[in-house]
Amino acid sequence: MAASCVVASELLQNTKQISMFFPKTSRFIRRISTSNLQCDKQHQLKTNSASQQLVGVVGLEIHAQINSNTKLFSGSPVRFSAPPNSLVSFLDASLPGTLPVLNRRCVEAAVMTGLALNCTINKKSLFDRKHYFYADLPAGYQITQQRRPIAVDGTLTYSFLSGKKRSQVIRKHVHVKQIQLEQDSGKSLHDDVRSQTLIDLNRAGVGLMELVMEPDMNCGEEAAAAVRELQLILQALGTCQGNMSEGQLRVDANVSVHRPGEPLGIRTEVKNLNSIRYLARAIDYEIQRQIGVVQRGETVQNETRAYDSKSGETVPMRDKEGLQDYRFMPEPNLPPLIVYEDDASLPSGIDPGQAVVVQEIKEGLPELPSVRRERLVQTYGLLPEHSFTLVNEDGLMEYFEEVMKGTRREPRKVIGWVTNELLGQLKQRDLSVSQSPISPAALAELLELQETGHISSSIAKQVYQEMWNSPGKTAAQTIQEQDLGLVSDVAQLHSICQKVVDSHPDEVCAIRSGNTKVLNKLMGLVQKETKGRADPVLVMDILKQKTS
Amino acid sequence: GSIFIPILSCKGAGNGRCGTIDPAAVPADLVDKLERLALVDFRTKQGLACLEKAVRFAGQLHAVDTSGVEPMDSVLEDRALHLRGDAVTEGDCAEELLGLAERTVEEYFVAPPGMAEAAFMSSHQLPENHREE
Repeated sequence: MAASCVVASELLQNTKQISMFFPKTSRFIRRISTSNLQCDKQHQLKTNSASQQLVGVVGLEIHAQINSNTKLFSGSPVRFSAPPNSLVSFLDASLPGTLPVLNRRCVEAAVMTGLALNCTINKKSLFDRKHYFYADLPAGYQITQQRRPIAVDGTLTYSFLSGKKRSQVIRKHVHVKQIQLEQDSGKSLHDDVRSQTLIDLNRAGVGLMELVMEPDMNCGEEAAAAVRELQLILQALGTCQGNMSEGQLRVDANVSVHRPGEPLGIRTEVKNLNSIRYLARAIDYEIQRQIGVVQRGETVQNETRAYDSKSGETVPMRDKEGLQDYRFMPEPNLPPLIVYEDDASLPSGIDPGQAVVVQEIKEGLPELPSVRRERLVQTYGLLPEHSFTLVNEDGLMEYFEEVMKGTRREPRKVIGWVTNELLGQLKQRDLSVSQSPISPAALAELLELQETGHISSSIAKQVYQEMWNSPGKTAAQTIQEQDLGLVSDVAQLHSICQKVVDSHPDEVCAIRSGNTKVLNKLMGLVQKETKGRADPVLVMDILKQKTS
Repeated sequence: GSIFIPILSCKGAGNGRCGTIDPAAVPADLVDKLERLALVDFRTKQGLACLEKAVRFAGQLHAVDTSGVEPMDSVLEDRALHLRGDAVTEGDCAEELLGLAERTVEEYFVAPPGMAEAAFMSSHQLPENHREE
């Protein structure tokens, strides 16, 4: 199967990388053939040996709201919150006599997104009507691109951290079947008390890109990582702000289970996923639920389910009475959409404002997350898992680069402070990087003090904690107030070391008879005496002298 | 899935698909489905006769051999699709729009009865991008 071949080749690629960093584990990894490394947890939960082979299969349908000033076919504004029905034009309200006029920015956004995902851009694409009746769809149909969408056949490459210490970067691919332009619907609010539905058409007609991803994923973690990467790409491109809680990025998951090698099982569609975390949980729950159904000898129903975040379960949404028939027909009011490959292929005399040129858009693409990660590795000599974390957390890369400007300390010695110390504190307090009370300059100052030998590394950690407890106080102030400066006074160190040596004759004996590791114990005692402020290099020298 | 009406009448050299439709032969579940999709009641003798006429009329298309000819799906196929600049030019007319509705509640349109009924909702499969609020 194509999907498992991709997985296998990825595993082979990764074994090289893994054996570089983890020579002992590489032997273990080569023994795994087709089972998916990351989804092993699914297998571990099973008790029945027959069901051990059942794996989850996940495909995604993603609706990304296009980041534009106006809607797809009308000049009314696109905004998240506004008084009800204030962002609605006559076309959006489906009044007779109105006609759709395509927004150039939406076309550019779709082409940009298609190019970033290595799609083939269809130079000629078509618009269709998809009919269904619902109160928030005043026209009774949605204009979409069912026959021939603007972009097809691309790849989304995503990564995630795995392994015990989350230090292995696993790379995977998902096939992007197509990207199509379509209209968003309005919003309906159900008032059960008065048995009525209230309609706000502000969102009706907003441009969407529907991205269809093939069922190349096997569990919640993979789907979440893929969506996260897509979010980063769309945000880097500026084509979608990707805020899931505001509905700018909506994900529906198609989930089924089967035994590898056998045909795909019946799928369910899981909706109402408004965060990446819920997405992963809902998918994993659904996979387990379906495995349970199959194990009991029952059949999985082809249905739509919603995720209930409180219970952590998926629940059926509505009964499907046969497939819906959307009666697709070509949109009679819109000619085919033509985009041009390059300037050379433009018809003579065409108004440049009327021509979308793929080559121009390609040349204007900004730095994508994958390129950014590679650049960080090259520029700063970071490990892949570090650059992954930097790019994955909003603002963290910028923070790191700002810190690097303020200190001469090696990047590899700075990265831990940013990805562990800083990020750890932020996560504990549920803060984003932009909300950090400690500025990059403040952290840089602390690191510079360590670099120039004013404080030891253990003191640095202490001071850092103090900076969080009393924001506004600089590192230098804290060091001065609490007298935490590194003790390099040789005479003082000599006397402390002598004291320790004199009071631990057994250890001195051990050292003299060849057990040099015991020196560390003495070092620890000296540090205890000096409350961690002794210059470790000097102390080690002095101790070695005294115990030789 | 798309609707496909299998029985058509034709005259002369067509592509071989021939047959006649008998109003009584339109399956009841097909009528159900059509009524639901179009929200039109036509389950009367007149309604079904009208359906039969429409199918016959469309069947004339099969009198012509169209093999190898790409269908024209838009009379605009040779026209250029006009692209609009991304500047706000309309909207902000809530009062005017709400004034057209029979019932409104605090700047919201009120959906007509039947649209909110459980029976209606459960028998209609909402498409993928629809978000239940």
